[in-house]
Amino acid sequence: MNCLECDATINIPADAAVGEIVSCPECGADFEISKKDGSSVELKPAESVGEDWGE
Amino acid sequence: MSRVCIVFDRLRLEEKMLEDQASKMGHDTIMQDAKITQLSTESKKTDIDFGDVVLERCVSYYRGLHFTACLEFMDVPVVNSHAVAEKCGNKMITSLLLKKHGVPTPKTHFAFSSEEAMRLIEKLGYPIVIKPIIGSWGRGILPLRDKDTTEAILEMRDIEDGSHDRIYYLQEMINRPPRDIRAITVGDHVIAAMYRKSQGDFKTNIALGGDPEICEITKEMEDLCIKASRAVGGGILGIDLMEDEKRGLVIHEVNNTVEFKGLARVAKKNIPQEMIEFALNHARK
Repeated sequence: MNCLECDATINIPADAAVGEIVSCPECGADFEISKKDGSSVELKPAESVGEDWGE
Repeated sequence: MSRVCIVFDRLRLEEKMLEDQASKMGHDTIMQDAKITQLSTESKKTDIDFGDVVLERCVSYYRGLHFTACLEFMDVPVVNSHAVAEKCGNKMITSLLLKKHGVPTPKTHFAFSSEEAMRLIEKLGYPIVIKPIIGSWGRGILPLRDKDTTEAILEMRDIEDGSHDRIYYLQEMINRPPRDIRAITVGDHVIAAMYRKSQGDFKTNIALGGDPEICEITKEMEDLCIKASRAVGGGILGIDLMEDEKRGLVIHEVNNTVEFKGLARVAKKNIPQEMIEFALNHARK
């Protein structure tokens, strides 16, 4: 899978699920796994942290 | 066998732990991404499969709060309730409820304009802690130690002018060891507690790298936590305590969508199992 920002290779763990966040090891951009069908994976840019996030 | 639905907006380790645990317990799990869900005034319980009970686990407070309102409108059992989420999501409301219910809590002062906040801080004296009424992970929580810094912080709040930036929440600085305590309550039980040590500065949040270390649950801690849980309406909660050198334990925060990966590393009890059992029992009532 290639980074949508810098085209570096992003390794998607085999047990990763839709909704999980993966980060590009080179540019640090965060992506959400939007689709996963076997080894076919689609990424979309992850939401940025909002002021109402977290515990 | 039951069916547990986990509503999320970002799949974190906690949500995966809950999903795995529910499966181990023989239950079906439904993972529902709130970001791709449509609901309306015409929505019915049967339109979307929310299982027997929903665990609302959104990272975004407002998203979770409003999603919960829709679930309750459809009569879908959900943990925590909208009322609890609303009370815990706002530090000012939480502080008022804790005090009202006789739970020891730090003295907290409120002002509703930057000018009055400045006057109030000058009157109370330094140091004092300013906190945003909404928000987590320790963001925006600042110790104010002098007038120059305070003026700068208040000016920044004025410039930002978010919907809750004009509410000034000012809390006494507690004399405590460089740590606080996070306890998790499930219904009327404290199931785990840990010390969160600061990394040499003022904040102790695990999100900021605070080290988790198991903390023995004392009778006093249990009594206080249950009282605090009842003050906000109960459910699955993360309760933050500090050890005041004069007063003993004080509770300064109650969290609605509790993160537990740090505590799960050191806890004796199976935290996700306790949460799922509680949610299913809640749905059967």
